[in-house]
Amino acid sequence: MLGIQDLHAEVAEKNILKGITLEVNPGEVHAIMGPNGSGKSTLAKVIAGDPNVTVSRGILRYEGRDLKDLDPEQRALAGIFLAFQYPTEIPGVNNASFLRMAYNAKRKAAGQGELDPLEFDEVLQERMKIVQAPREFLDRNVNHGFSGGEKKRNEILQMAVLQPKLALLDETDSGLDVDALRVVADGVNRLRSKENAVVLVTHYQRLLNYIVPDRVHILVDGRIVKSGGKELALTVEQKGYDWLSVHGRTA
Amino acid sequence: MKIKSIHEIVNREYQYGFKTEIEPGVQVKGLTEDTIRFISHHKKEPEWLLEFRLKAFRHWQKMKEPHWAHVDYEPINYQDVIYYSEPKAASADDKPKSLEEVDPELRRTFDRLGIPLIEQKKLAGIAVDAIFDSVSVATTFKEKLKEAGVIFCSFSEAVHEYPEIVKKYMASVVPYTDNFFAALNSAVFTDGSFVFVPKNTRCPMELSSYFRINTEGSGQFERTLIVCEDNAYVSYLEGCTAPRFDTKQLHAAIVELIALDHAEIKYSTVQNWYAGDVKTGKGGIYNFVTKRGKCAGNHSKISWTQVETGSAITWKYPSCILTGDHSVGEFYSVALTTGKQQADTGTKMIHIGKKTRSTIVSKGISAGESSNSYRGLVQVNAKAEGARNYTQCDSLLIGPRCRANTFPYVDIQNATAQVEHEASTSKVSEEQLFYFRQRGISAEDAMASIINGFCRDVFRELPGEFAVEATQLLGLKLEGATG
Repeated sequence: MLGIQDLHAEVAEKNILKGITLEVNPGEVHAIMGPNGSGKSTLAKVIAGDPNVTVSRGILRYEGRDLKDLDPEQRALAGIFLAFQYPTEIPGVNNASFLRMAYNAKRKAAGQGELDPLEFDEVLQERMKIVQAPREFLDRNVNHGFSGGEKKRNEILQMAVLQPKLALLDETDSGLDVDALRVVADGVNRLRSKENAVVLVTHYQRLLNYIVPDRVHILVDGRIVKSGGKELALTVEQKGYDWLSVHGRTA
Repeated sequence: MKIKSIHEIVNREYQYGFKTEIEPGVQVKGLTEDTIRFISHHKKEPEWLLEFRLKAFRHWQKMKEPHWAHVDYEPINYQDVIYYSEPKAASADDKPKSLEEVDPELRRTFDRLGIPLIEQKKLAGIAVDAIFDSVSVATTFKEKLKEAGVIFCSFSEAVHEYPEIVKKYMASVVPYTDNFFAALNSAVFTDGSFVFVPKNTRCPMELSSYFRINTEGSGQFERTLIVCEDNAYVSYLEGCTAPRFDTKQLHAAIVELIALDHAEIKYSTVQNWYAGDVKTGKGGIYNFVTKRGKCAGNHSKISWTQVETGSAITWKYPSCILTGDHSVGEFYSVALTTGKQQADTGTKMIHIGKKTRSTIVSKGISAGESSNSYRGLVQVNAKAEGARNYTQCDSLLIGPRCRANTFPYVDIQNATAQVEHEASTSKVSEEQLFYFRQRGISAEDAMASIINGFCRDVFRELPGEFAVEATQLLGLKLEGATG
């Protein structure tokens, strides 16, 4: 599904990713862990097509297509979803109509008819249950005045509405209390299937208690220094990252 | 072409920049008393009107062009302007008498602008007065309106057909001494629209005027007068466009509204004059306009709604003089500036009568290297017991090189007044656009959605179909904004 080989990428002319190789298949959950500034978020952004990230070299493919040729909206319509670490506020734009715009953009791209607000509301009711989003979410403007936790939950609501093939969750767990974390994780688990894949970018092992990964990758200074099964996350939890940055490059 | 960034969105081409090739009739360049005598004579005006024009001209000669507005432009050579320009096919000497006689080329021009000059059933809700350079070429549904007692015709026709009404109300709200551009207009004004709604009449259609400047070097100096007698109601909309020329063009209009007891006038503008070249600022319209309404009667109401998107320079303050007790003035404005455009626009609400109320909602959107200023005055006179005003001024900045300013003036002479002012400034960021795009929504639709949300309070004041037009005019699609 997602094939990354020797990927190098820059932000503001600074090398952030220095040769990433990663393969994600349908049905898999991958966790990307690593210390601050290691390039975890940049990896999520480069897949989604953030204009601030420039690919300087390497291969970035999704379902056989070169992602570098696709605009962010084309990538989104092809099923890539990024749950933002810091979701931006959009005053004046109603959350329900934003969700409908996104949903209809996807339907249109798939050659299906657009849904009117009433038809869409039925879809929405269903999806809102998945993340236990309160009704008043819809009447507010996109992320405007939302608390940190509400913003994260709103991201997962969007994910529930759009049902992406490849979901990139960028530190969706940070800023959530235990209860909110459980709701969000539960939502993500319910959206998992054999056809879709999830890439979790996280700082802490905590989230992985709820969303159990198939593979864990440790990113240090723009490179994956170690990959392993879910137990690798526990090792990191106990030992930190230091032992990896010393030995990792040859591992 | 796929539009990807803020920069590309706000720098799109002007779509009404075409010029109609049509045989010119009379054209008069330069400004002397002879110019004025010629215009008046050519239009076969009565003596009193010529006298009015000459008085205005002599006064104007003693005045200085104002420069207090927050705009910057090359000096205007008033001798270099064409003050009168008519296509031969719509000459004041030989005006087409019926709609069928309108010159096909002129008809095509207005078709292309989306203003069909026909009286079809599906257009039955809107009557149009179409003005091309200095002349009105057609007014639709005139007869049908007359059946309801409503007079809707060109200003020139009103001078001949209804001189008593014109004499009574013309210059009663904007005297020729009012300001430099009002004096100039009073001296050289050509055509415009005239509306008279008699007592106890609700105008059965939307009325609208469409102003088109076509000739290079030509100015447009139209004059519009709308009178609503007791218990009358009218909703009127004006639209304007001009071709793309490299030279600046002057537009100095006067609009006067008079509302008597319990009357209501709703005046909407969708202004899209050529704004000049996006990069160099070459060409474009100088839009120096005096618009003022007088709520002369008790419980009368005047509401201005404007969507200003064009012009190189906009200098315009549609105002309300609230003379009648319990009268209401409203001003809803969206001003969008891009490229090198400069706008200094706002309103004046003058509270004279008791318990008068006014509302001001101004939304300024600045992009490119433009400058967008709100300037407003709320004045409560000593005898205006219990006056109230609410003002809201919001600015939206798009990109790093534009400017927004707010100049609110408040002058209160009565302690019972209640005046509220709210203001905000926000920015459309690349982060916001990426957020939309990551959800599969194009940058163009994203921008439309953000701007629409910002303007919603004003757009909902526009008559239905024009709200859609205004939305499109801002380069927007309604999708997503109405939910």
